[in-house]
Amino acid sequence: MPLIENFNPLTDKMFQVLDHEANVVRPELLPKWNDEKLREVYAQMLFLRLADFKLINLQRQGRCGSYISIEGQEAAQLGSGLAIEKSDWVFPAFRELGICYIHGVPLEKIALYWMGNEWGSNYEANVAPVSIPVGTHPLHAVGFAWAMKLQKKPTITISYFGDGATSEGDFYEAINFAGVMNAPTIFFCQNNQWAISVPRSKQTLAKTLAQKAIAAGIPGIQIDGNDIFAVYAATAEAAARARAGKGPTLIEAVTYRFGNHSTSDDATKYRAKDEIDYWRPRDPLVRFKLFLQKKNLWSEEWEQKIADEARGKILEAAKKAEETPRPKPDDIFDYLYAKPTPELEEQKAYLLKFL
Amino acid sequence: MPLLTIADAINQALHQEMERDSTIMILGEDVGVDGGVFRITDGLLKKFGPDRVTDTPLAESGIVGTSIGLAMAGLKPVAELQFDGFVYPAFDQLISHASRIRNRTRGKLSCPLVVRFPYSGGVRALEHHSESMEALFVHIPGLKVVCPSTPYDAKGLLIAAIRDPDPVIFMEPKKLYRSLKEDVPKESYEIPLGKARVMIEGNNATIIAWGSMIPVALKAQAVLAQENISLEVVDLRTLSPLDNETIFASIQKTGRCVIIQEGPRTCGLAAEISARITEKMSGSLKSPVKRVTGFDIIPPLLKSEEVLSS
Ligand SMILES: Cc1ncc(C[n+]2csc(CCOP(=O)(O)OP(=O)(O)O)c2C)c(N)n1
Ligand SMILES: [Mg+2]
Repeated sequence: MPLIENFNPLTDKMFQVLDHEANVVRPELLPKWNDEKLREVYAQMLFLRLADFKLINLQRQGRCGSYISIEGQEAAQLGSGLAIEKSDWVFPAFRELGICYIHGVPLEKIALYWMGNEWGSNYEANVAPVSIPVGTHPLHAVGFAWAMKLQKKPTITISYFGDGATSEGDFYEAINFAGVMNAPTIFFCQNNQWAISVPRSKQTLAKTLAQKAIAAGIPGIQIDGNDIFAVYAATAEAAARARAGKGPTLIEAVTYRFGNHSTSDDATKYRAKDEIDYWRPRDPLVRFKLFLQKKNLWSEEWEQKIADEARGKILEAAKKAEETPRPKPDDIFDYLYAKPTPELEEQKAYLLKFL
Repeated sequence: MPLLTIADAINQALHQEMERDSTIMILGEDVGVDGGVFRITDGLLKKFGPDRVTDTPLAESGIVGTSIGLAMAGLKPVAELQFDGFVYPAFDQLISHASRIRNRTRGKLSCPLVVRFPYSGGVRALEHHSESMEALFVHIPGLKVVCPSTPYDAKGLLIAAIRDPDPVIFMEPKKLYRSLKEDVPKESYEIPLGKARVMIEGNNATIIAWGSMIPVALKAQAVLAQENISLEVVDLRTLSPLDNETIFASIQKTGRCVIIQEGPRTCGLAAEISARITEKMSGSLKSPVKRVTGFDIIPPLLKSEEVLSS
């Protein structure tokens, strides 16, 4: 029984596979993962949490210019990333360490980008560079997916963006275009309750963000974004739909931004502590751990071990990024066009005289 | 050689390029069944089918934004925006993404698309249909801007724009779409981007113009020729990157320069050209560079426009 097509985003309850206490409420929708795989995915989630902390620290030490934390959104990004193929294309916003890493961007590249080096966006993975202008890049995912359809390739695309982004005009143009073109794409909205200091309630009167799909004539589903199994099931089905020529899906993953908006922000100015207290037990890592505990798959020692392994890998990536030499001054001129214009060559020569 | 208008020449270029390269597609508002409101894409839907000539939803940012994705995926979108005044909704996609993807990824990804639109006044149009705002696009690093003034150039420049690996803005002087005819070779040919053309050689002063102002420049040249003043007329053809070499060579020869620009005066392209000549060619200049430009006004409706153009 298809999950997505039967979901009514106006009236249905947020879709979960695990409830908040990690009880399985939709056993038939659990992924077919054995114990080893379950532990591996938990280790990946922990890795993302620790990598995120590391980048915040690097920024605090002045080694990164800024960083935008994903703390709390690991299940949304990991679960969806595991549900697509590596040959699919990801179009991230800026709060996307998780999906970028899971889809194959090396952590040192991610770190390099936040350290202020464009070479951090030059890698082999099928991941577009992060998109800073809010809400603008789902259109690229639609265009890319449309191209895949025209070329009869099995590749699909998925764009990641926030609750705030769903207020942007380009978001509406994107879901509308995707419907008309029957583009094989997934709109993955991480509703983390905040757009900097503006709460979800001030973003729109719409009861859910998923219901915005209705106006575009495409299916929309609201899921618990902190339930990795719900995320996995919904994204896998949306991906299968797209691949089968059934077109786009809007997924609203309800989650929470535990950290500040960015390293330049202080959320205590606008956010009450009891809200964080409400969400802490809903932390996706906590829920996953609880699930594993119930299956006797988790222990303190094992957690220590995988955390140590993760820290080692993260440290290595950070070191690699830090040891990357500052880019050549030529670079800021050389990649504007396939071949630099005479004017740019002249401006570059002028700069180089001073260096 | 057949006599073609600019509209015919662009249409022919699209036909020939789409025959040559199956990755090229056209998208925009009314470009399919209707053949575009100026009939520039006439006959293309019939020949190439709806997958390659696509009527899109009415959403300019969507047209350019999806074109960016199409281009990143290896297709060659040639997007039509219906009028100069309706490019602005797509401006963000051009300035924030199309122009930047190559640079942001240090060459890993690129965005080879063409955005065509009609521009210029003088056609007794509605509000928002008479704009000449090339300076906005020329100001954007990472874009190329092309503006033909003749049928021959329109064909060759569009073909070069389509084959170019970078995003190209192709501004078509709507006032000239059907007002002049010229011999245009049947076969396909490119006019390289970034190269201006000396249309008429002269000795006493250089007139620099582009697109819709070329007929004005030619008229001035003809009038003054009767008074034995010899003007050299330079058609820029590509507005970004500018062809400094041709401009400077002409100034070296004539020592005087007038730049004609339809759009508003302040911070227009004429100001940039004037600055470049002043900085680099002051030794050759016999008199200050002059600009003849539009006023810093909103393009007026036809009653006032007629006064300005009479
Ligand atoms: C077009 C645009 N406007 C404003 C900003 C500044 N800005 C950066 S992030 C942000 C909030 C985004 O909220 P949301 O879409 O919910 O994503 P989140 O940050 O919560 O992940 C704003 C206003 C921007 N980057 N782009
Ligand atoms: Mg948000």
